[in-house]
Amino acid sequence: MSEVRVEREMAKRRAAIRPISKRIAKLREESVSAPVKISSERARLVTEFYKSGQADGKSEPVRRALAFKYLMERVSLPVEDGQLIVGLRGTGPQEVPTYPEICTHDLEDLEVLDTRENMPYRVDEDTKKIYEEEIIPFWKGKTTREIIFSNLPKEWIEAYEAGIWTEFMEQRAPGHSAGGEKIFTSGVLDVKEDIKRQMNALNPADPAYYDKMEELKAMDIAADAILIYAKRYAEKLQELAKLERDAKRKAELEKMAQICDHVPAHAPKTFWEALQHYWFVHVGIVYETNPWDSFNPGRLDQHLYPFYEREVADGTLTREQAKELLEAFWLKINNQPAVPKVRVTAEESFTYNDFTKINIGGLKEDGSDGVNEVSYLLLEVLDEMRTLQPNTAVQVSVKNPERFVTKALKVVGPGFGEPPFFNFDGVIVKMLRQGKSLEDARTAGVSGCVETGAFGKESYILTGYFNLPKILEITLNDGVDPRTGKKLGLSTGDPQKFKTFDELWDAFMKQVKYFMDIKMKGNDIIESIFAKHFPVPFMSLWLCDCVEKAKDYNCGGTRYNTQYLQVVGLGTISYSLTSIKYHIFDKRAVQMDELLDALKSDFAGKNEILRQTILNKTPKYGEDDDYADKIAKDLVDQVVSMIESYPPSPIRRASKRAYFLPTTAHVYFGKVTGATPDGRKAGFPVSEGISPVQGSDRKGIAAVFRSVSKCDWDKTGGALLNQRLSPDLLEGEENVRKLAQLIRTFFMMGGHHVQFNVVSTELLKEAQRRPKDFQDLMVRVAGYSDYFVNLPKGLQEEIIARTEYEQV
Amino acid sequence: MDDAKNSCLGLIFDVQRYSIHDGPGIRTTVFFKGCPLRCWWCHNPEGIDSGKELMYFEYKCMHCGTCTHVCPMGAIEFDGIPIIRRSMCIACGSCSAACPSDALKLIGREYTVGELMKEIERDVLYFDNSGGGVTFSGGEPLYQHEFLLEVLKECKKIDIHRTLDTSGFAPQEVLASVADYVDLFLYDLKLIDEKEHIKYTGVSNAQIKENLHFLVNYGRAKDIILRFPVIPGINDTPDNVDDMVEFISTLKGLREIDLLPYHDVSEKYNRLDRDYKMTVHKSPSRERLMEIKRKFEDIDLYVKL
Repeated sequence: MSEVRVEREMAKRRAAIRPISKRIAKLREESVSAPVKISSERARLVTEFYKSGQADGKSEPVRRALAFKYLMERVSLPVEDGQLIVGLRGTGPQEVPTYPEICTHDLEDLEVLDTRENMPYRVDEDTKKIYEEEIIPFWKGKTTREIIFSNLPKEWIEAYEAGIWTEFMEQRAPGHSAGGEKIFTSGVLDVKEDIKRQMNALNPADPAYYDKMEELKAMDIAADAILIYAKRYAEKLQELAKLERDAKRKAELEKMAQICDHVPAHAPKTFWEALQHYWFVHVGIVYETNPWDSFNPGRLDQHLYPFYEREVADGTLTREQAKELLEAFWLKINNQPAVPKVRVTAEESFTYNDFTKINIGGLKEDGSDGVNEVSYLLLEVLDEMRTLQPNTAVQVSVKNPERFVTKALKVVGPGFGEPPFFNFDGVIVKMLRQGKSLEDARTAGVSGCVETGAFGKESYILTGYFNLPKILEITLNDGVDPRTGKKLGLSTGDPQKFKTFDELWDAFMKQVKYFMDIKMKGNDIIESIFAKHFPVPFMSLWLCDCVEKAKDYNCGGTRYNTQYLQVVGLGTISYSLTSIKYHIFDKRAVQMDELLDALKSDFAGKNEILRQTILNKTPKYGEDDDYADKIAKDLVDQVVSMIESYPPSPIRRASKRAYFLPTTAHVYFGKVTGATPDGRKAGFPVSEGISPVQGSDRKGIAAVFRSVSKCDWDKTGGALLNQRLSPDLLEGEENVRKLAQLIRTFFMMGGHHVQFNVVSTELLKEAQRRPKDFQDLMVRVAGYSDYFVNLPKGLQEEIIARTEYEQV
Repeated sequence: MDDAKNSCLGLIFDVQRYSIHDGPGIRTTVFFKGCPLRCWWCHNPEGIDSGKELMYFEYKCMHCGTCTHVCPMGAIEFDGIPIIRRSMCIACGSCSAACPSDALKLIGREYTVGELMKEIERDVLYFDNSGGGVTFSGGEPLYQHEFLLEVLKECKKIDIHRTLDTSGFAPQEVLASVADYVDLFLYDLKLIDEKEHIKYTGVSNAQIKENLHFLVNYGRAKDIILRFPVIPGINDTPDNVDDMVEFISTLKGLREIDLLPYHDVSEKYNRLDRDYKMTVHKSPSRERLMEIKRKFEDIDLYVKL
């Protein structure tokens, strides 16, 4: 019986994949089946450039621009057979370049990547050899990663090693921004004109004259570099056309060559050109730097609609042609897995996903309904393609039609976690609160997982995940990390002597502040290192107002600059604090020493009784209980205020803000955190995002939405909520409509985001038993989806433990 | 809330939110404890008895024996697992309150009208945005009609849509007393033959049929959704279906009929130490359901599966 259900569920998922044409189906198959490989080409070329002496004596921005140009002149020009769009980071589909100037993988890293069971990156012998002989020796001591670690204070390193936080910038570089209108309306030659104008306007009396001039020179070189890349492609496509015997494909290749002659030099005129134009910019940005978390085309339906509308009216483009181009574009994104991370960083985000996100829906700049035909096309493409990448975001405003939401929910139905839903009106409120203009707020969106930002105009850098449950553990041990016995925090007193819950709360908040001080100092240090050593002149071309200010993206050139701390474990921490307040201080049924002993023993032996009492007899965040929800609300309020109390960063003048999202850091944080007062055993993942503790939300989704909405998310930049639904909740028009209404009500109440795993527990367990038969089973992890059988076991268990809502 | 309202208590065994199959829109369903019928297939056996009772979930039990020690009546014997001597149990809830793992659960909780309204009002925003409301189900809500009436009145006062899910088995004056406060009836119809009805539900269906006529004559046909639980071998027989069709065709203007396929819930009966009389454990086939659907469609009734 259950086997039949599992098979039926899986068959439904597989049947949902139905690319528009044979060509796309073939490209998709190649894309999803190619093994992920490391390509040494970029590392080799960059090393070669710096060794050649061409960089000597140049300013940093110019050096970096010349390195980029060196790459663009030499990197391979793969053309997937049948593709309609060209340009690829790497030498072929699923081949990933590395960035030794940021973080050089050592031989052991390469070995681990090559051989690990989950999510391997194949590394061939030549790559290992070139790494050993050239790349590793050359970059030793020069990488930004090494510069960062050698400049951070001891207490920072200790807290980092204890797992109180992770550091986003240790193995990659800043780059959390999304493309705005500029990319779709300006050609490289237009930008070069702007650069020239700025150069002419520079005043030598300005003390920053030299820095600005060097930055503008660098931008100009970077602009030339992408023109060279496109020209090389145009020539290559002409050659391929000459050799092509199929007349149809020959014409297509010629057309593609023409397109590459036109864009990115000039602003695109057609739908096809717009996609190719964006893609050149995207590839340029991800070749220049590793901005994992990640660059993306932003509000794609808004950007593409003018082209679509004009051409469909002219009769030069059909809906089907547009869809095929979008599906081809989808595969370009899917062909570029994330750059591999190692060690702690690998655990905080264990995925091939490079987090290219496409926003759909929302409002137009003038405040009117932004849903258009391209929005629906994008939903259809998402539904038919079901690839790991790109991710999407369905932006829901009260002004958007219901049919848009229900259509998106029908994509959720056969279950691969996409698309997630966002409260667009809430996005606007968040942006306005941060001081952005109304127009910039309305053209904003979310990128990465759930991160709000002013698209095309803001650099909003994620700095690291912050482990609140671990800080509670340290508080309960008077500043000592029980895992290592090291004194890491403040002495805030023996918890057995606390007479009231408020005393414990104050002690906890003091510890949070103590650690946050260290982390925030580190953030500013790291920011100045990137400003000095790692300008990104190419990326700076595309983000307002870097050219106008003659300032690099990493030096504060963008219109808005923000630093984010990503808070993790709201469910675990609020449940833990509620548990202490309820059982120890209010009901006085449990003594503090009893609890501390139980935690120390990991609830072994008779302590299991206490654990069960906590699990079953405590009011919980997520069950619409004001007693528990108030603790979550107070936590959010106080932690956000604390983060925002820090002064702007020294270089970028970035304001400090909070996100509540985990990617997969909740699994890593769980590993380093002992048993917690919510009954969680040592090592089990802490709660993810702002979701209630896995399996604790027994009053259903309506209650979860109410609980979550009691916290003030408008003060944050975004908060991630996962919900798991049993597949039958999305069967039939009526159920879909009701879920749409539920989501819209959640957003009315102030929710930021929700995403659904529509998958039965039975199917997940069966996939664990027979992984080979379920290689293609995709599920929602955090702000992205991934193949279930590829996930580390701990994460698989965590997803199964999330409460599954069934029909009532 | 004034004292009079607080003094009227209802025994409720569950309040389910985001309930999407008990009427229009997003609803909160309130389950009333106690039912005069004894349907063999009843899928809420914990709602039958009109008093509180204990339910035991073996998979949650950690076999600690706490329950034995706290029971004031000595009604729980412990032999690796708790054995409840139900005749001695006074449903005081001492054991379930003490049971660390919630393996013992006391079914049924008294609510004042005010307390229940507080639960219902939590989801008013969901109701408003989806055209939903509250559904009273059970058990048989009319079994606690005084409490029901008070709650219905309160809901009406603040404009919350009200659905009554009923077996129709109640004195006509009881039904009449609440009818004006109910927006929609989910009215169960199980078997037409009286003898069969008595056999499988423990009561005659004369009153049920009469009450249905009463509502229709009262001008409420458009507010009635008939619910036909399709139980293989018991009421999906050609005879009963034909009888149903014949009986229903005399009722003009009904809103729709919903077919509710039977599901095996024997597990729930074990938890209550009750016998599950059903020997059929399979749900009706899709084909049979479609045949029945067509029969009702032939008399111009809107049928939902």
